Amino acid sequence: MKHRSPSEQHHGKHPRVGDCVAAASSTAQDGMEDKNASTHRELTQNPLKKIWMPYKNGLPEKHISQRKVCMTNCPTLIVTVGLPARGKTYISKKLTRYLNWIGVPTREFNVGQYRRDFMKIYKSFEFFRPDNEEGLKIRQQCASAALNDVRQYLAEDGGQVAVFDATNTTRERRETIIQFAEQNGFKVFFVESVCEDPDVIQENIVQVKLCSPDYTNCNTDEAVEDFMQRIKCYENSYETLDEVLDRDLSYIKIIDVGQRYLVNRVLDHIQSRIVYYLMNIHITPRSIYLCRHGESELNVKGRIGGDSGLTTRGKQFAKKLAQFIQTQSIVDLKVWTSQMKRTIQTAEALAVPYEQWKALNEIDAGVCEEMMYEEIQESHPLEFALRDQDKYRYRYPKGESYEDLVQRLEPVIMELERQENVLVICHQAVMRCLLAYFLDKSAEELPYLKCPLHTVLKLTPVAYGCKVESISLNVDAVNTHREKPENVNVHRSAADALQTVPPHL
Amino acid sequence: MSCNQRDSAEAKKNDVRLNGKKCSWASYMTNSPTMIVMIGLPARGKTYMSKKLTRYLNWIGVPTKVFNLGVYRREAVRSYKSYDFFRHDNEEAMKIRKQCALVALQDVKSYLTEEGGQIAVFDATNTTRERRDLIQAFVKENAFKVFFVESVCDDPDVIAANILEVKVSSPDYPERHRERIVDDFLKRIECYKVTYQPLDPDDYDRDLSFIKVINVGRRFLVNRVQDYIQSKIVYYLMNIHVHSHSIYLCRHGESDYNVEGRIGGDAELSPRGRHFSHALRDFVDEHKLSDLKVWTSQLRRTIQTAEELGVPYEQWKILNEIDAGVCEEMTYEMIHQTFPEEFALRDQDKYHYRYPGGESYQDLVQRLEPVIMELERQGNVLVICHQAVMRCLLAYFLDKSAEDLPYMKCPLHTVLKLTPVAYGCKVEMFYLNVEAVNTHRDRPIGKIPKDSSLIHRRNSYTPLSSHDQVKRPRLYSAGNQPWLPLAPTPSALMPEGLESQEALCEGITYESSEESGGFVCF
Repeated sequence: MKHRSPSEQHHGKHPRVGDCVAAASSTAQDGMEDKNASTHRELTQNPLKKIWMPYKNGLPEKHISQRKVCMTNCPTLIVTVGLPARGKTYISKKLTRYLNWIGVPTREFNVGQYRRDFMKIYKSFEFFRPDNEEGLKIRQQCASAALNDVRQYLAEDGGQVAVFDATNTTRERRETIIQFAEQNGFKVFFVESVCEDPDVIQENIVQVKLCSPDYTNCNTDEAVEDFMQRIKCYENSYETLDEVLDRDLSYIKIIDVGQRYLVNRVLDHIQSRIVYYLMNIHITPRSIYLCRHGESELNVKGRIGGDSGLTTRGKQFAKKLAQFIQTQSIVDLKVWTSQMKRTIQTAEALAVPYEQWKALNEIDAGVCEEMMYEEIQESHPLEFALRDQDKYRYRYPKGESYEDLVQRLEPVIMELERQENVLVICHQAVMRCLLAYFLDKSAEELPYLKCPLHTVLKLTPVAYGCKVESISLNVDAVNTHREKPENVNVHRSAADALQTVPPHL
Repeated sequence: MSCNQRDSAEAKKNDVRLNGKKCSWASYMTNSPTMIVMIGLPARGKTYMSKKLTRYLNWIGVPTKVFNLGVYRREAVRSYKSYDFFRHDNEEAMKIRKQCALVALQDVKSYLTEEGGQIAVFDATNTTRERRDLIQAFVKENAFKVFFVESVCDDPDVIAANILEVKVSSPDYPERHRERIVDDFLKRIECYKVTYQPLDPDDYDRDLSFIKVINVGRRFLVNRVQDYIQSKIVYYLMNIHVHSHSIYLCRHGESDYNVEGRIGGDAELSPRGRHFSHALRDFVDEHKLSDLKVWTSQLRRTIQTAEELGVPYEQWKILNEIDAGVCEEMTYEMIHQTFPEEFALRDQDKYHYRYPGGESYQDLVQRLEPVIMELERQGNVLVICHQAVMRCLLAYFLDKSAEDLPYMKCPLHTVLKLTPVAYGCKVEMFYLNVEAVNTHRDRPIGKIPKDSSLIHRRNSYTPLSSHDQVKRPRLYSAGNQPWLPLAPTPSALMPEGLESQEALCEGITYESSEESGGFVCF
């Protein structure tokens, strides 16, 4: 999820890793004077995020040096290493998506893209020959242009992680990057992908490289041939990360698509999270099926939350879901539900084993549980408006925000990455969060993703993304999707506030 | 989601994926018990890792037990003479040692197949292929999975430190001089070196699932992780470090709700609570905890406490107090009157009991797992948290059972300092001399928690077809009795020290003047 930061700026910068918020009451330099002053700080609850923050003279205290306080001490530069067609871009994109989703602002910088932008037309592998001086020069220029953008992103645009996606196969090149990082106070973590299996390489070329703009004008065989030559251009000068020579670097070496990993000098929290993530992803073809429970009693009444059972139509959906799953004839399907009655009732109809995850429970609406939107507007109009202003970060009083939900769902995502075919029977807000991960949606889009009842989404990983098929099982259900109303002002009228509430009993 | 559930989520297909065409034996079985086999020369921290991993796995709810071959060997051969016993050409000794291994494996078998264990940690040198092949044959026969953990270390300083810290106090060496012990031990290591065959990831052992821990966590080689629990183990081993550091745990200062006897809520500090936060600042100053990290929950009482310290701090939502659901902000009397059945249920099995619309201690442990992982990574940390949260964290460090966990004593206005020593954790208690109400409710007498029907409150009801109906007991590494003092200080063995250990659990009032920490070892 890119661009999560703009609306953060109202509240100053918040750390985005884990569930932590940093506050600093004084720094070491401030000395005693400030320490005494700090006793005058009062705690005020941020109305949106429901976080207690120190205020002084009616103004929020600056959250100074949050980066030093929080778990990602300084920005991190992730550098891929490996021959072409080793899945570097796949890893870069996937990792970037994951980090953004968990709330670490991350961007990838693909040097190949810089090269394509620079030279509109690609002719052949000759460009990559080590003795092609002009080619070499252009490639170097592209790399430094990319590094410049990295610096801009990490030092000025609030990025915390930059993924520098290039071959970086020589020690000399890596040394340049390390120096660049040192100069700018970034940490460096290398991700090397080593693969000798010709089938895997071939598959990667066919899957990804042939669709590349480099090969729009040639046939498959020519393209594969050219690409194999291109790999050859790098092979001679390739210096893999070495246990002895590179012993002081922080890196993970992924060998044969996850058969083996070598992990060296993991320095901090974010690196350890990255390593864990990379060790759990795989490329075996599979599909993930997402759906919500069947229509529930409270859905029909237009009430949120609660723990009600299914309506007649909801039960009908459960039966249809069972048929659908059968017709799909999915190998070793795992079924996951939340621990709420409506998802469990839905899964029971499938007559297959399933697992209940508490982490999959619907967003906790706190004091608003089991209320209709009309009632929330009447009893908590301010809360209702705040939620419309920033639905992603808004936390219900004594409840959760979408941001909280994403943190809670992280283990689910990790396990989904490890698994193959899975059907997740969950809830509207939960499904939005999961979907946002797979489709790389921003924090602004996430809470408004359309996840209607009685509809199964089939997600199939393809190349760098995810193919989505939406399958309606043709059982009527109420609409529970409430669009963002035009007027989000705290002083708006009830009619304005309720403008987008879907019809219900 | 409980660990058992996650465990049963082990991907059969994963095995196929990772093992490719060469997939063999037990790995096709889902949720089969796992044997973790340590490999390495003596004094490579195998026992340290075994114990720590076992403690962690039990805490997250996976029944795990250590089987330390040394214990079996000492059973068989009462008196240890010298390293001669470990020479590879000492045929009689070799026979005894192999016999011990076979006996231990039988115990592993009954633990995993009959006693409800899920993971057995086989703590021995296992330095030869012959021995490892024997283990693999055993594992195959019983349809267990196996995961090897090899510790490789060539830093002589680390090895020497380990010998001094741990081995010198071993029962193999009673009443002897230090130098001679170290000398004997180094010779013992030499005996193993002759026949040591490290795991060979490129050829002989390429199909095994293992992690090689190189030079105390500087580097790791991970091969063919098969399932969820193995990936969890790898992640844990990659995050623990052995630098010396202390963790300080305390609760927020006394809150208004504490005074009123109400649970939960988001109340402010009482005047005495504020007084405590000043005392805590003095404590931090006096102990010169300079590079100290301070963590709080996102509830006002912990933040108010931290505010007084005048240092940066971090708020963690996952450190929030247990969610008492419908009982939030009630007194125990009110709960007793309004929800008498709930009240009784909670007393029957406090660990698994989930408040309606709220959480159980078991839920809390799941929620706190990332905190533990980060505490393992960090240096000195002060965690300002809540009663139930502190009990869960403490239970991890002190290896307390699910039964004892919810009754551990975590009084207000008291700081616990936890320092890892050898295989355990040293605890010092600092009562900061600010009075506070007692919020501890003892285990009800006469109520027997055992054998009661299990309370698994799904927020709704428990379905029939769910395959996770059996609550696995939390079992402990009883097979590996701590036979050595866990801290170098003799006072560690003082009976009053042991008493105050009880005080954490059983409700004996702990009296301590300021700063005279109850010095206890576990």
